[in-house]
Amino acid sequence: MLEIKGLKVKLEEEDKQILKGVDLTVEAGKVHAIMGPNGSGKSTLSYVLSGRDGYEVTGGSATLLGEDLLDMETEERAAAGLFLAFQYPVEIPGVGNMTFLRTAVNAQRKARGEDEMSAAEFLKVIRAKAKTLKIDADMLKRPVNVGFSGGEKKRNEILQMAMLEPKMCILDETDSGLDVDAMKLVSEGVNALRDEGRGFLVITHYQRLLDHIKPDVVHIMADGRIVKSGGPELALEVENNGYADILAEVA
Amino acid sequence: MALDDRKMTATEERLSSMTLPDVGCTAKAREAALVRVRSMGLPGRRDEYWRWTRPDTLVQPEAPEAALFQGDEVPFFSGRDRLKIVFVDGVFDPARSDDLNLEGIQVDRLEDICCTDDHWAEDLYGELEAAGHDPVDRPLAALNTAFAGDGVAIRVMQTPSKPISLVYFHESTDSDVFLHHVVRVETGAEVTILENGPAAARFNKCMEIDIADGGTLHHVRAQGRDHERRAVTHMFARMGEESVFKSFTLTANGVLTRNEVMVELTGDNAVVHIAGACMGDGDFHHDDTVFITHDGVNCESRQVFKKVLCNGATGVFQGKILVKPDAQKTDGYQISQSLLLDGDSQFYAKPELEIYADDVACSHGSTSGAIDEEALFYLRARGVPHGKATDLLTLAFLAEALDEIDDETIAEEIYERLEAWLSRRRHG
Repeated sequence: MLEIKGLKVKLEEEDKQILKGVDLTVEAGKVHAIMGPNGSGKSTLSYVLSGRDGYEVTGGSATLLGEDLLDMETEERAAAGLFLAFQYPVEIPGVGNMTFLRTAVNAQRKARGEDEMSAAEFLKVIRAKAKTLKIDADMLKRPVNVGFSGGEKKRNEILQMAMLEPKMCILDETDSGLDVDAMKLVSEGVNALRDEGRGFLVITHYQRLLDHIKPDVVHIMADGRIVKSGGPELALEVENNGYADILAEVA
Repeated sequence: MALDDRKMTATEERLSSMTLPDVGCTAKAREAALVRVRSMGLPGRRDEYWRWTRPDTLVQPEAPEAALFQGDEVPFFSGRDRLKIVFVDGVFDPARSDDLNLEGIQVDRLEDICCTDDHWAEDLYGELEAAGHDPVDRPLAALNTAFAGDGVAIRVMQTPSKPISLVYFHESTDSDVFLHHVVRVETGAEVTILENGPAAARFNKCMEIDIADGGTLHHVRAQGRDHERRAVTHMFARMGEESVFKSFTLTANGVLTRNEVMVELTGDNAVVHIAGACMGDGDFHHDDTVFITHDGVNCESRQVFKKVLCNGATGVFQGKILVKPDAQKTDGYQISQSLLLDGDSQFYAKPELEIYADDVACSHGSTSGAIDEEALFYLRARGVPHGKATDLLTLAFLAEALDEIDDETIAEEIYERLEAWLSRRRHG
């Protein structure tokens, strides 16, 4: 599904190497988690994959279903099936949540040469999906993320994911700012989307999210590289002992 | 104060080719206005009030030519049930207008303001304009009162069944037009006045608005799209107790537009909202100059102006709230913002508050910025292409001004038109 080989990335504005050769493959139907200390490059990886400005790829490759991601515009990556759930979802005053989602769904469909969704069909689908995420009609009408609580913003991210039905989902610290109940709700939303044809990359600091979204593979990232990979037990090890042991071991 | 020679020469040069029209019973008002013009002098480029907008093409004797708008666009408000009053290059066109009889209102052309039957508008014509030069001179408004060739007097006694729609066509490339309307909304009546169209190559419009206690006026205006047209417009409003005045103006295109609005809140508990959205591309200069005077207790005023500028377009905002000593509990708000889509465009803002009462809440803000890159990335990350995402954010920026329109169907019509313009610009 997602194949990253030797990916090297520096900041565009300054001479600072962030990713120093990341190798990672996420297969369809699998959930991979990335953990790692602050500043290890986890969020940068998610931004570079989604095409955010400010980074320069200095080496390596990243493909989605064999297509070169790094060569595409951000919106083309989205249409190709990549989805990033933001750590800090952006507030957009003046753009209604519903308008935003319908524009996005239809833009992707158009880019893929599919028929656009009618207003009635869209309404039916979004109502059903919003209900399971406990997103009420008012939240759908309000401007995108404006005045939403931390939990509401994250639920809104998952709603977008559910509506867009991407092939590859990257969740960037989706657990940050969530209380226990909200985390459960969000995780249920993610789990409902787990599917044989879909891959997940879950970036998190904490093991507790992985109690709800059970990963198949856990990677530890440090200083711009994946330094260790293993099963779910690796996350438990981090939770109990911190990163010091693992980093010492690979140093 | 004696006028400097240059100003006096320019003023006399302009006046030399003009004669006071003999229209209705307005001769006295016109003569008085002409005296005001001569004593103030027409605006010059060194006047502080014209610091960011060059008045020369508005003052010079000949109107610069303006090509007609080429396009098959349906005029605004077309599908709406309304009372249409049409002016073609400044002349009332009865054939294209509706029958002016409508229950609750009385509409007369200026020429029908006859001295013999004591017309209600006789005293109002020029009255609010004459009072509107303190503390700032507005000589082009006085020039209008003196030389307006046509216009209507609209009296609203009871709430009419539909909006009154003033439609301005521009069919001659060198038309130089003065229109002057007088509006009186009587106690408890409510009316919507729509205005649209380019009117003339050079257009000078004055509207005097007198809203009695408890009267309500909604005003929505869409200025014409002819690229080369010039316009200076003035609204002078006097508002009684518990009256409401809500005005929204949409401006796209026009090489020069200056919209002046002067409101005097004389009664208590009155509410005035003045809003404007403009979209300027290229050779476009748009100036909103607003002066709100609070002279009643517990009045609310709101100014919301949003300008989207690109390819060297210029936006100007001069807005003032004056709170007189007895205008306690005043609630004044003013925001002017520009969205600069490139580095070539400019926005000048001069927000002013002058407050002499001690129990008031007044706030103002002015910003100038580019498209929010974070929001743009977020939209694109969801698959919305760059151009479409920029349009969405542009419309979102204008939304606060459009929100000032009470009638949702009108707000929607304007939103959809803006959306279509943006989309067409993107697709060429």
